Amino acid sequence: MDEKSLTDEEIKKIREDFPILKRKINGEDLIYLDNAATTQKPKSVIERMENFLKNSNANIHRAIHTLGYEATTMYENAHKKVANFIGAKSMKEIVFVRNATEGLNLVAHSWSSRFLKPSDEVVLTIMEHHSNLVPWLIMRDKIGINLKFIKLNKDGVLDLKEAESLITKKTKLVGVIHASNVLGLINDIKPLREMARNVGAKILVDGAQSLPHIPVNVKELDVDFFAASSHKMLGPTGIGVLYGKRELLEEMPPFLTGGDMISTVTLQGATWNELPFKFEAGTPAFVEATGFDEAINYLESIGMERIFNYEKELERYVYENLNSMDFIELYGHKAGDNLAVFSFNIKGVHPHDAANLLDKFGIAVRSGNHCAQPLMNYLNMDNTLRASFYLYNTKEEAQKLFVALEKIYKLFNR
Amino acid sequence: MSDLLDIDPLMMDVIIEHYRNPHNFGELNPCEIKIEDGNPSCGDQIKMTINTKEGKIDDIKFSGKGCIISQAAASILTDMVKGMDIEEAKKITKEQMLENLIIPVGPMRLKCALLALKVLKKALYGKDFVGEEDD
Ligand SMILES: Cc1ncc(COP(=O)(O)O)c(C=O)c1O
Repeated sequence: MDEKSLTDEEIKKIREDFPILKRKINGEDLIYLDNAATTQKPKSVIERMENFLKNSNANIHRAIHTLGYEATTMYENAHKKVANFIGAKSMKEIVFVRNATEGLNLVAHSWSSRFLKPSDEVVLTIMEHHSNLVPWLIMRDKIGINLKFIKLNKDGVLDLKEAESLITKKTKLVGVIHASNVLGLINDIKPLREMARNVGAKILVDGAQSLPHIPVNVKELDVDFFAASSHKMLGPTGIGVLYGKRELLEEMPPFLTGGDMISTVTLQGATWNELPFKFEAGTPAFVEATGFDEAINYLESIGMERIFNYEKELERYVYENLNSMDFIELYGHKAGDNLAVFSFNIKGVHPHDAANLLDKFGIAVRSGNHCAQPLMNYLNMDNTLRASFYLYNTKEEAQKLFVALEKIYKLFNR
Repeated sequence: MSDLLDIDPLMMDVIIEHYRNPHNFGELNPCEIKIEDGNPSCGDQIKMTINTKEGKIDDIKFSGKGCIISQAAASILTDMVKGMDIEEAKKITKEQMLENLIIPVGPMRLKCALLALKVLKKALYGKDFVGEEDD
């Protein structure tokens, strides 16, 4: 395929690959628009894990027998697949964790314990998901570091002027969400990285929402840490990735400890296993690792660039429509680059009621505060609806959403 | 399921009216009992103020924010219990609450429908309040 975006033909084929899209909800075709929470899985991912369980299941790194060898090889290959997908130098930089949350916690706990002292500063954004905020609040209380937050400018994108004044010689790390799970806004990492580099600080990127939708190359981005979750990118739950620059990972102490992560243990002490296994204590999610591997195969077979371009078209289409409905209050999307993730409300209708009613139309959206309470407070948003799209969603589905929204508005305003 | 779309439009109008113009809305000042609770998962919030006289609920007002079901339920429940014997009000069951809500609510909305009742019980039982197992 050399089309820049996905063709209608291709989308049709893609939809065939996702068994759940055949489901009826309340008698209607499922329209799944909760992809920022988790994504659906293609047959190939489901089958890959089923095959593994039927034919190759054994614990990794511990057995000389054939199954143990096969399982270990597949587990390590999954690391290599992820390394290649995100442009890491080697699998030594790819730590498998449970999810993005665990990856972010690993950095906050392990890296901080080695490199931070009281009065050091960590600069975050006001847009962080709780998973890249709460661990740092805990470090603030534990180590006595200071936290600072970059807010938005009047256009609604990160205020780089403010960032410039917040990132100083005292700053040891800058943590930034790559794409907002509330606004869809994609943050430009480069200027922040440059500011961090200029003062000798590290940069940590929460890629939970970006890696599924945007071509990412950590070498080009030149960041120190990058975390993401498999389940938001067509893979299974229970596995995610923390990328870290090798020199840093080498110097950091283990996060969780126990089996698999040691080299030698005596009653006097232990030495650590090599990377990345130093950070993978206990039996890991090796079944899910094969599913994650297969999910990447699926995304690569289509091409991240084309997925991004298609979703960009969806984003503009949905934006223009929602923005033109006077009974819809839409947040964000007015500036910058944005994912097809929309937070909005139907005027006069509580989002909980609206989500409940949309379900009657077979439409799955989320309602609530989306694990980003500081951002919601900052923007004076209460709870909202959130519709988030992925490569298998279509304009026709979006149209059905628009019709349903209008019906619900009218129901409350007769 | 709460079939908000399928229910009789007249019933829907009654509920919407309770949502828009809730009965007994506001705060009693002074008041004997003041209590507030919410559902953290969806942000529904209800505060009740109550004055009693001779073993009865003499006056009751609520304020809050949230979805139509949680707020309409509070409006309806405060109507129900105003003037009622406290002991009788303590015995109101979930089933009675749901029946009085007029519209059917499904499992996903039970927490919304029952929040007002929970707040009322907390208010009336005071320290003796024991929540339901599935709260
Ligand atoms: C931006 C962002 N960061 C982190 C997370 C946490 O992901 P997980 O729950 O898979 O750890 C999410 C998921 O909701 C997210 O949207």
